[in-house]
Amino acid sequence: MRDSIRNSKNNSSNFGISGWFGAWLGISLFFYLALIVLLIVADVWYVLAAYGDSPSGVAEMLDWENLWDSVKLTFLSCTVSAILAVLIAVPIGYLLSRYRFFGRSVIDAILDIPVVLPPLVIGLSLLILFNNFPPKILGWGVDSIDGYLSHIGMRITNTKLAVIVAQFTVAAAFAIRMVKATFDQIDSRSEQVAMTVGASRGRAFFDVVLPQSYRGIAAAGTLAWARALGEFGPILVFAGATKGRTEVLSTSVYLEISTGNINGAVIISLLMIALAMITILTVRVFTEKGAGYDLHR
Amino acid sequence: MICIDNISVRAGSFTLSSISFEIEKGECLALMGKSGSGKTTVMEAICGLRDVISGCINIDGEERTYAAPRDRMVGLVPQDNVLFPTMTVCEHLAYGPRLRKWKKPEINSRIEEVAAELGITSLLNRLPRGLSGGEAKRVAIGRAIAAKPSLLCLDESFTGLDDETLTEVMEVVKSTIQREKISTLLITHQMKEAQILGDIIYRI
Repeated sequence: MRDSIRNSKNNSSNFGISGWFGAWLGISLFFYLALIVLLIVADVWYVLAAYGDSPSGVAEMLDWENLWDSVKLTFLSCTVSAILAVLIAVPIGYLLSRYRFFGRSVIDAILDIPVVLPPLVIGLSLLILFNNFPPKILGWGVDSIDGYLSHIGMRITNTKLAVIVAQFTVAAAFAIRMVKATFDQIDSRSEQVAMTVGASRGRAFFDVVLPQSYRGIAAAGTLAWARALGEFGPILVFAGATKGRTEVLSTSVYLEISTGNINGAVIISLLMIALAMITILTVRVFTEKGAGYDLHR
Repeated sequence: MICIDNISVRAGSFTLSSISFEIEKGECLALMGKSGSGKTTVMEAICGLRDVISGCINIDGEERTYAAPRDRMVGLVPQDNVLFPTMTVCEHLAYGPRLRKWKKPEINSRIEEVAAELGITSLLNRLPRGLSGGEAKRVAIGRAIAAKPSLLCLDESFTGLDDETLTEVMEVVKSTIQREKISTLLITHQMKEAQILGDIIYRI
C-alpha cells in the first residue's frame, strides 16, 4: 500500500486507474489516521491551553493518590483478563476452527453475544447472574452465586474480581474470534502429517500448530487487553466505581465528567492513551523479535 | 506387508468401494486415476485420516482398520510438503523417532543416516523457509521415513517440480525405498512417475 501512495504522489505520469486506486487507498488512510491523531492532539491542546501558564494547576486538578490506585488496578485487571481470555480463546478457537459438530453454528452465534450486546446489558446481566441466580425456587437454600461464595468468605459483585469478570466476559469473545482466524490460516494437514508421524491430536497441536500461531495469539492477547482497558459499562454496573477499590481509569474518566471536572477527565484520558500505546507497542516489539521465522511469507 | 481388503470409503458425494490391493515389503504400488477419482481419499483412509465404512486394513500382519494414525506406522508426504515452519530440517527428521520414544543416540544416528541418504546433510540447521522445491521435498520424505514406517505414502508428491529436479528426487526416493525396504503407495496421475517408481499399477 505504501508503494501505491508513493506512486500517486511522485509518479504523476502513471496517474490513471492505478493512480486513482492509490489515491483511494491513501485518502482512506489519511482520513482515519487524521481523525485518531486529531483526537489525541485535541486532548493535549486542551490541557496545554488550560494549564500552559500554570503547570502546577494539573497537580491540583486530581486526587493523584487515588488515581495511582486506579492506574494499578487498571493495569492489573486488564492483564489478568487478557491472560484469562487467551487461555480460554486458544482451545475454543481451535475447536471452532477444526471440528464440525452438531450445533456448531448455534454455539458460534452464542459466542458472539458479548460482542454485539450493549455493554450496559452485559453489566446488568452479570449483576443478575451473580446476585439473583439460581432462584430459591430450586430449593438450594441460597439464592445467588455470590450467596454460595459467601460461605467460603468470597464475593464477586462490587469487588476487584468483578472488574476482571466484566472485562473478561467481553475481551474473551474478541480473543476467540482472532485466535480462530489464526488457526484457520494454518493448514490442517500440518496436524495430519504430525499424526501419521506418531503424534496424538493434542501433541500435534502443541508441537506444530501452537508454535505457528504464536503471533496471532499475541495479537489476540493485545486486543483482549485493549478491550479490557476500554471496558466501562459492565464495570460500572457490576463492579461499581468505589474510589480506591473498584475504580479503573475508564470509570475514573466517567466520575470526573459527572462531577464537572472536564480538565481532570481529559488528563486521565491522556494517561489511558499513553498506557495503551506503551502496552501495544511493547507486545508488538516483543512478538516480532521473538519469532525466528516469518509466518506471513 | 500392506494388505487392503475390500475397503469402502466415503469421498464427498460418492462412495468408493471394493478397493483391494497388497503391497509387499520394499514394493511400490502406484495408485492411479483421474483428478477427483478419490485417490487421495483412499490414501487418507489407509493413513487413518478418514473413516472406513467397511473392509479391512492390515499393516505388517496386524489389523489397523480403525487404529489412530499414529498407531499405523505410516509416513505421509503431501503434495506441497507441509513442512513445519518453526522446526529446523534436523527437527523434522527427529520428530517421528522422538514421538516413537527412540533413545537419543539412536535418533542422532538415524538423522545422520536419513540426511545422508537424501542428500540434505548440509541443510540440517536450516528452517523450511528458503529451501528450494527439491530440498523441501527431500525434507518431507525424510520426516516421513525417519521413524522407519511400514508404509510410505507419496500423495502426488512430485507435482510442481521441474523436470531436472523431478528426475533427481525420484532417483533418491527409489534408492531410499530399496535401501530401507519400505512398502510405498504412490499416488499420481503421471504415467512417467508410475513407471519409474511403481512395481504395480492400480487404477481407480
